[in-house]
Amino acid sequence: MAERITGAEALIRALEHEDVELIFGYPGGCILPAYDPLMDSSIRHILVRHEQGAGHMAEGYAHVSGKPGVAMVTSGPAATNLVTPLMDAYMDSVPMVAITGQVATNAIGTDAFQECDTVGITRSCTKHNELVMSADDIPMAVRQAFHIATTGRPGPTLIDVPKDCLQNEMEWYWPTDQEVLDSLPGYRPNVKGHPRMIKEAARVIMGSERPIIYAGGGILKSRAAEALRELAELIDSYVVTTLMARGAFPDNHPLCLGMPGMHGNATAVTAMQKADLLITLGARFDDRITGKVDAFAPEAKIIHVDIDPAEQGKVRRPDVPIVGDAKYVIEEIISEIKAMIAAGTVQADTSAWKSKVSGWREQFPMTYEQSEPGAALKPQYCIEELNRLAKPHTIVASGVGQHQMYTSQFFEFDEPYTWVNSGGLGTMGFSIPAAIGAKAAKPECDVWAVDGDGCFQMTAQELVTSTVEGLPIKVALLNNSYLGMVRQWQEMFYDERYSEVYLNAKVPDFVMWAESMGCVGILVESPEEVGPAIEKANSITDRSVVIEFRTDASELVFPMVPAGASNDELILHPTQQDRAEALK
Amino acid sequence: MTTINQYGGQTLNHHILSVLVQNRPGVLARVAGLFARRGYNIFSLAVAPAEDEGMSRITIVVDVESTPLEQITKQLFKLIDVVKISELDPRRSVERELLIATVKAPDEQRAKVVELVNIFEGKIIAVAESVLTVSLEGHPDKLDDFEDLLDGYGIVELQRTGRVALPKLDRGARLRAVNQTPTPNTGKAG
Repeated sequence: MAERITGAEALIRALEHEDVELIFGYPGGCILPAYDPLMDSSIRHILVRHEQGAGHMAEGYAHVSGKPGVAMVTSGPAATNLVTPLMDAYMDSVPMVAITGQVATNAIGTDAFQECDTVGITRSCTKHNELVMSADDIPMAVRQAFHIATTGRPGPTLIDVPKDCLQNEMEWYWPTDQEVLDSLPGYRPNVKGHPRMIKEAARVIMGSERPIIYAGGGILKSRAAEALRELAELIDSYVVTTLMARGAFPDNHPLCLGMPGMHGNATAVTAMQKADLLITLGARFDDRITGKVDAFAPEAKIIHVDIDPAEQGKVRRPDVPIVGDAKYVIEEIISEIKAMIAAGTVQADTSAWKSKVSGWREQFPMTYEQSEPGAALKPQYCIEELNRLAKPHTIVASGVGQHQMYTSQFFEFDEPYTWVNSGGLGTMGFSIPAAIGAKAAKPECDVWAVDGDGCFQMTAQELVTSTVEGLPIKVALLNNSYLGMVRQWQEMFYDERYSEVYLNAKVPDFVMWAESMGCVGILVESPEEVGPAIEKANSITDRSVVIEFRTDASELVFPMVPAGASNDELILHPTQQDRAEALK
Repeated sequence: MTTINQYGGQTLNHHILSVLVQNRPGVLARVAGLFARRGYNIFSLAVAPAEDEGMSRITIVVDVESTPLEQITKQLFKLIDVVKISELDPRRSVERELLIATVKAPDEQRAKVVELVNIFEGKIIAVAESVLTVSLEGHPDKLDDFEDLLDGYGIVELQRTGRVALPKLDRGARLRAVNQTPTPNTGKAG
């Protein structure tokens, strides 16, 4: 006999059936009924301090665990506060399910208290969203939301649940897999690449003299890091890892060139430019990678593996398009290449190319100049020390700006799922909540949030959440009192006219602020204090720690491809400019 | 109005997409929103329930000057509610549209307006002292001609439905409609 329960009970039970262990959320009027059965649930709820924090925590959780992050908030302002994380997750293909309360069905459209058109507002920043109109529909809506969020190209989904749907009774049922599929006739992600195209990819790879593997965030989403490594070693090809793919291929691997793009290292950028083949795996030719599209990798054939058919040809027309899951397709390409080798095919000679690239790598390492005694710290040095002293399996989250680029450039990522950042949307304030979400997913790992003073002031209140919920993180706050990246553009492209980028060096007092939130606050001003402060932070496991590093505001991120310029116009670090010819 | 007329005669830069969608709340907003967000131009759009229960067919005439049709269909197909997309080649499809217009028809020109409507095999659906409301159903090109000629008498108000279309019943069109179902793995380069 079917059991009658409330919609709210059905919602929480449905989440339990989806193996949800954690919800990041914030209660309020319309979602209130759902918070009652939550008290009796096995699901742990993390009470955030701002709904945006809940969204980014869900993202951080998803980034490192691979499981969908869940955020639950009320209607109106709470739903609008979720918009930024939803868009962030959409841009970076992060699986996430958002549940929002809504005014009762009979009040929808009346401009009721805390009413907003949540599905309308979030339509373009979710992979799919749904306004539930009856308690009976809740289990299916939940199943669909998790199915859509986690399959194909992952992304955020949202379920908007009116208050009366939570209060009304329904007959509990749990839809079968087949019922879910039948309810979504227009949704059939293609996982397996086309066999003919996979054969063609193998043939093109075997004939290439200057191949580069262009690895994107899709490698991580499809859990393909092992397959990628096998492919790279099989064909002995260098790999670049985009900002979204840092850690997908180990930085300490001899074939790893690191990050390409606007602030990529000179070797990675130039190797892509000069390649005759880009083996593109789960990457989307973002403008921060390609620079001026017409001048990007002009001699390269393109193999493009992406699970999203709309990415094929969106920016660059591929020679070998393969729509499918990166892991599956890479494994198929590997078998195909092995079969070709077994049948006597010999791979084209890549040795001249390899020695050319390794020559660039020797001549153009990432570099910066250490600060003069008594002068402000160099941010790169802080990151290097952080890297040197980090415990194994340390996870690093970052905000957006110069500190993000320094971290990607100077931290060595040797394991997948240890780098959490906001790539596509570039959301300032991402790091602290994302780091807390990551810590919730992997409590056994140290989690560092590398933040700037601008970012910190956007979401620092979530450190209260970290204290209260027992999710201690460590924050490396690179405080240069400026919006550093904006300042850099003003210096380079606006004649050093620094408009509205100075945030003030005197306030806030970050150490006091950190301590007021239950964290340990440490101020670091000189190079010799950097290491000991990091060691101290690493030794503190019961509380969050904020280290404020006073850094040099005039430091610039190099190399740099100016926006809209060709990657051939890479601006090197001033100490390497004299060698620029070597990259031609 | 004039813009539409100028466009209406040109069949080269627009394509017809027949989009089968799940008939769910907000589906039209999703489709329209996608066009707006990605900067694609809709020339006309018509929606109504389709032959299958729970499904609707949206006929969209898109201006493909700005964006390759392939990118539009791929983005459309990413919408969860979109079940099938058929690209209809104007030469291999039947197209119809309905026009209703209220046109000035004082005594001295009423006979001429009536004659024009008769020539086009349209209908007079309402009569008042100095105006007539007329209707014409047919191929959009025919409607364009009719509209131009009516304009000579003074159009007071006009409404067109936007075109609806189905594949022509020859073998080629049928196959094409089937093949255009975006099974994304056709191996066709984007």
